[in-house]
Amino acid sequence: MTTTFMMFLLILGCAFVTWLPRVIPFILVRNIELPKVVLRWLQFIPVCILSALVFQSLFNTEGKFVTLHWESTIAFVPTLFIALWTKSLSKTVVAGVLTVAVLRNFF
Amino acid sequence: MTTEIKEVKDIPKTATEDSFIQGMKDCIPTLLGYISIGFAFGVVGIASNLSILEIFLLSALVYAGSAQFIFAGLYVAGAPMSVIIITTFIVNLRHFLMSLTVAPYFTRYSALRNVGFGSLLTDETFGVAVTKAGKEKQLGGRWMDGLNLTAYLTWIASCVVGGLVGNWIPNPERWGLDYALVAMFIALLVLNLANASKNKLMHYIKLIGCVFGILYILSYFMPSHLAVLITTIIVATIGVITEK
Repeated sequence: MTTTFMMFLLILGCAFVTWLPRVIPFILVRNIELPKVVLRWLQFIPVCILSALVFQSLFNTEGKFVTLHWESTIAFVPTLFIALWTKSLSKTVVAGVLTVAVLRNFF
Repeated sequence: MTTEIKEVKDIPKTATEDSFIQGMKDCIPTLLGYISIGFAFGVVGIASNLSILEIFLLSALVYAGSAQFIFAGLYVAGAPMSVIIITTFIVNLRHFLMSLTVAPYFTRYSALRNVGFGSLLTDETFGVAVTKAGKEKQLGGRWMDGLNLTAYLTWIASCVVGGLVGNWIPNPERWGLDYALVAMFIALLVLNLANASKNKLMHYIKLIGCVFGILYILSYFMPSHLAVLITTIIVATIGVITEK
């Protein structure tokens, strides 16, 4: 249960830079009204950012060429299927974790 | 495990009551993700020579899974402070877009409460909130607090427990727990698409194709977290331009 003063400062620094981008928009939109076009733009953020986060997990960027990470890509198929079929967060998470556990332990 | 599934399907088109308890309930499906990733972080933290106190401070103050993992990785590699802080900033910059998307629903609340909503925003609470907003066209502050606080406390507890038992688990990856996060993104994406009308759905699917292509190309030139951010900005712009 120890830490050093430098480590504490480092964690505080990281906390500050993660806090700013989360909080600034909440303060910003209270004080200025966002233009219509920005609101329309924001509509597209959820689907774009979520799909980007999914694809990012499929890409293997370690080699010379960006390739698909085979394990994540194989697991993607049943996970997507369960998500489409059940529309349930928890079932999808269980399905994804189980698939990867099976892939890592039996193949 | 059974009740929340029903809720996701049965959320009425009209707004549900703005209650803290409902926020907690809506957080339940994401908890497995927080628990498994938080636990894995605790294990990795110990393996990276972080103390339990440091694991606690990181989870309570930084409160961001990917940033914490990268912190541990850079720290154990002996990276300078400036590099760790700048990398953490870039990795979490996507939260700016997420906050900007959610914030317009909360302008009727005080500045202090808005700081609270923003401070506890994560990928998952963002995902749950925009899914609900997509269905009901509004969000309540008490609901958001219930969602946020449940996620926050679960995350801290999971990280600390992971750190405590970290010495006995040499290889947490074997159990596939790290995939919980990806699976959650997949489910949240599907839930968001499920709210869209037929016309919009086709548009969204084309945009997802753009995301794939642009993210692939950008992955050659920059760290993946920056590629995610820039891809999102570009494709959302394409979305506005091509919208009918």
